[in-house]
Amino acid sequence: MYPNEVELQWSILIVLYPFITGLVAGAFILASLERVFRVQAVKPTYRLALLTALSFLLVAPLPLQLHLGHPERSLEMYLTPHRSSAMAMFGFVYLWYLMAVLLLEIWLDYRRDIIQKSQTSTGISRLVYRALTLGSDNISERSLRIDERLGYFITLIGIPSAFLLHGYVGFIFGSIKANPWWSSPLMPIVFIFSAMVSGIAAVMLLYMLSGRLRGKPIDVRCLDKIAQYLMYTFIIDFSLEMLDLLQRIYEADESFRSLDFMVHTRLWTSQVIIQILLGTVTPITLLGLTQILKFTETIRKRIYAVAGSLTVIGIFAMRWNVVIGGQLFSKSFLGFTTYKMAFATREGLLTAIILILLPFAILWVLVKLLPPWLDADSLPASGATPAHGTS
Amino acid sequence: MDITRRRLLILLPAAAVAWKYIQAGTPEVSPNYKLAEHWWGMLIDIPKCIGCGSCVRACSEENDVPDGYFRTWIERYHVADWKIERPEVESPNGGIQGFPPNQDTSGKNFFVPKLCNHCADSPCTQVCPVGATFVTPDGVVLVDKSYCLGCRYCVQACPYGCRFINPKTNTAEKCSLCYHRITKGLTTACCEVCPTGARQLADLKNPKDPIHEFLRTHTVQVLKPHMATGAKVFYNGMDGSVR
Repeated sequence: MYPNEVELQWSILIVLYPFITGLVAGAFILASLERVFRVQAVKPTYRLALLTALSFLLVAPLPLQLHLGHPERSLEMYLTPHRSSAMAMFGFVYLWYLMAVLLLEIWLDYRRDIIQKSQTSTGISRLVYRALTLGSDNISERSLRIDERLGYFITLIGIPSAFLLHGYVGFIFGSIKANPWWSSPLMPIVFIFSAMVSGIAAVMLLYMLSGRLRGKPIDVRCLDKIAQYLMYTFIIDFSLEMLDLLQRIYEADESFRSLDFMVHTRLWTSQVIIQILLGTVTPITLLGLTQILKFTETIRKRIYAVAGSLTVIGIFAMRWNVVIGGQLFSKSFLGFTTYKMAFATREGLLTAIILILLPFAILWVLVKLLPPWLDADSLPASGATPAHGTS
Repeated sequence: MDITRRRLLILLPAAAVAWKYIQAGTPEVSPNYKLAEHWWGMLIDIPKCIGCGSCVRACSEENDVPDGYFRTWIERYHVADWKIERPEVESPNGGIQGFPPNQDTSGKNFFVPKLCNHCADSPCTQVCPVGATFVTPDGVVLVDKSYCLGCRYCVQACPYGCRFINPKTNTAEKCSLCYHRITKGLTTACCEVCPTGARQLADLKNPKDPIHEFLRTHTVQVLKPHMATGAKVFYNGMDGSVR
């Protein structure tokens, strides 16, 4: 072990960062299924997926910010970016995705509702909705058609952007040639597929939870479709990861002995047990069973809940194994270190728990402000007069 | 203001002078030191190193290196004849107090001093998101601690484990090749105190530097040549087991 390697550089906060951006990208891809690929069955989750993506995207920079030695200098990454740095360029990818894709798409999709609410609500809500209209009050058929077309176009751009967002996170790790655990051209693509897996599973769980909290029935046909997509994506993701693993085992290059020892000792629980067995093989098997056997709706819902939860846990374990695992062995391939996680410190477990709960708080506010539900009593009051009428 | 021919003739040279100063950046610390005339590296003569730890101590004092972190360190290798792929390596506290007597005298035993390789194509400068770490025109990799974010990406990118985060400044730190000394015509602190001459500062652009003669007449290597970083710390007599 080189003496400077004893201390781990990237903590649990950096584990959270790819986990959160993965949920963003995955949730967006699920939303785009309805919008671009016309998968009508998943329509009930379209707006929920967009709001979920936004809630997590708003929190995504926080773990990085808290991790920096000098957070007050973080804006320098935008003002004086170093163009050869993957990390510097990620800042722009993030901003592009937030401003040009997600915010714009959500605003266009909700514009009619926002304008109607700004006219029908009272008090502070009225002020909030008026501000959200951004001065727009035209809900004529023609303008709504333009919204629809523009929204479609943004989703079209959004899909490669979502791929770029999380593929780029993969590239930040995959491009480090000094670290054999990270350095792989498969890393961006594995990150993209694992992002889709985690995002789809998270929205599926949130949709089921929302039905329970609101006391409304959930659309099982929609759930079936989401579960189907989750399974297909998961199979691709798992195949890619196994391909990477097989390649490493068969090639057995100079790093193999060290990495193999690490997987069999320090990463055994988090990688083999939690990530692969519990977090991947079990949910794929469960989801596969729902495709082969005929279960009742109640049993299917239960299976989806278990499979979805295990999936999210499995993907978190995958992020952990990439980030933490990549720092447990020495670059000399002689010796290992350990990660000692603190609790109530800037980069401790408590901070991580708060950061992972924060998107749910934001989502709660967003859902209150911009209800994503399709049932009749959640839709904006009918009869609100369009300001400009039809033209 | 109308730009007449007369005014243009005055303005153009003034602008040229101003541009020269903008391009020049911060004035050099040493007035007689010419950046373009040097290309720094180091020579480590492994058979000469006795593992006394003087270099580590000198570096620590000269550069105020925090305890437990190392800009330079020494590793002791023990290689059994048939285990070249699995050497036993130790570096107690970076070798700052030297090494206890070796119990196992079989096989090969030798010391390897390590430091930043001041790579010409350094992965650490490539990944820095703000360019706070950079290669100087005379070939030294430095960190601007007034600009470093402390994101630690460079620490991850260094294949040699040479970087750390200084807990006092919360910025990246590493060997600066005693830039404050070499630009004044001195050698580095570690080379200054080495009792056997195992470490020698090398100016690869100076035709009179003895490094050229040494490189011509000896078989030298750099660490991890497959990383293609353009490392400029040359090792003489380095065993194949060294990583």
